[in-house]
Amino acid sequence: MVKNSFTVLIADDDPDYLFQVAFYLRKAGYEVVAVESQAEAEQVIQKMKPDIAVFDLMMESDDSGFILCYKLKRRYPDVPVILATAVARETGVTFGLSSEQEHEWIRADLYLEKGVRPEQLDQEIRKLLKL
Amino acid sequence: MAQLKVLVVDDEAGIRSGVARILNNFHVTYPFMDEDYTFSITEAATGEEGIEIIDRDLPDILLLDNKLPGIQGVEVLEYVRKKNFDIVVAMITSYASIDVAVRAHNDGAIDFIPKPFTPQELKTSLEQITKQLYLRRITNTLKVEGRKVRFQFLSVLSHELKAPLNAIEGYLRMMQERQLGDSLDDYASAVERSLQRIESMRNLIMDLLDFTKVSFERHLENMQEISLSDLVSMAIVTVSPYAIHKDISFNTDIRHCGKIWADSNDFEIILNNLISNAVKYNRVGGSVTVTVDCSEDEFTVSVADTGIGLNADEREMLFEEFSRIKNEKTRNISGSGLGLSIVRKVVELYHGVIKVESEPDRGSVFTVIIPKMQVTNIQS
Repeated sequence: MVKNSFTVLIADDDPDYLFQVAFYLRKAGYEVVAVESQAEAEQVIQKMKPDIAVFDLMMESDDSGFILCYKLKRRYPDVPVILATAVARETGVTFGLSSEQEHEWIRADLYLEKGVRPEQLDQEIRKLLKL
Repeated sequence: MAQLKVLVVDDEAGIRSGVARILNNFHVTYPFMDEDYTFSITEAATGEEGIEIIDRDLPDILLLDNKLPGIQGVEVLEYVRKKNFDIVVAMITSYASIDVAVRAHNDGAIDFIPKPFTPQELKTSLEQITKQLYLRRITNTLKVEGRKVRFQFLSVLSHELKAPLNAIEGYLRMMQERQLGDSLDDYASAVERSLQRIESMRNLIMDLLDFTKVSFERHLENMQEISLSDLVSMAIVTVSPYAIHKDISFNTDIRHCGKIWADSNDFEIILNNLISNAVKYNRVGGSVTVTVDCSEDEFTVSVADTGIGLNADEREMLFEEFSRIKNEKTRNISGSGLGLSIVRKVVELYHGVIKVESEPDRGSVFTVIIPKMQVTNIQS
């Protein structure tokens, strides 16, 4: 398995989280494009097609992750997307992809709570990339 | 089957009837939509007529020509945006100059349909627009369904409290696993960042404590005679390390207004928040001006900065609990989104008002007005 032929696009407005995830994924052998905002992620999507994307849910706006997901899927329907956020369970608003309806409009392939260990993220990415 | 109202504003009758003909038998369907969408078409030959129809019969979708006999398409678009109408707008244009395109895009146009267009081109655009509209409305529903306040409250706790913990934990693990090297020096920035995250978390906890404190009733035993000018000086001293760091100077214009009868904690909260915000959201080398004045009936305290300022939308949400203005300029400024909602709460306890005047990139002026009568009433 040669991971460095795979590019992961990560968008997260927490610079520390972004640094750490990018660090581990590079170490695990991926090419990583790391950006700090929805706007930057949109620019990246215009210019290149990543193999997989990991988006934070809340960046400039509360639904930045959803919007990115939608825009990425519109351009590249085959690129898998992981939505990650620190908000979820506690809010009572669960964005889990459990119900068919949610799955249909959120358009993410996987939903992850933030604070997930890097190895776990690597594993999920491999699953989605079928490595 | 749901129907979307489409308004076509174009001075060419042929275009209008063409759109109507193409869309009358068209419907949009997607697996993730609950139902199919069809379209009903209304036509307007001028921008003025278009605005009339928008006001009367709020359409869902607006197809807008830019070159019109009277007011231009972009002006109609601006009107829609100013009124905050939930309308998706696409510009129909024969030539989109960069200038018009940029203006239209900034004002929220989501698509450009080139003129002349084939029926298929129009249908493809409408498909995209419908999808966008659907998505936007679902997001809005989430926001309004009574979940908003709870969502904000908990999301700030999650986001602002858990995020720093995650970050610090991540750095500690990197150290534990010697990920960045064997020397302590390799971890200098990880340590620095961790300390910064702890600092901002501490501020949030302080804000949360303040917030719970002011939710309670006033206690008579805490009321005393206080001097506003002393409290202003204290607040300035508190924030001065940060102000020095950002090279911000203070001007004060304090009229001696005598003492007021209040809980000094309350006025510390008001002044500390306003003055530290004035530093926090200021530019490097800027200034903060604090004015205390009084008339026969009221005390007025105003804090002016030379910072990033606020636009109209931002001003509106500013005092809401847990609302944080998120944009490029505030990205690296940490905050709980609680400070100003606490200030407002405290000011209202004294039957006062807080106002803000602001201009983006020029600065903001926050003014607190407290009636003297009220202050005396609390005493009795």
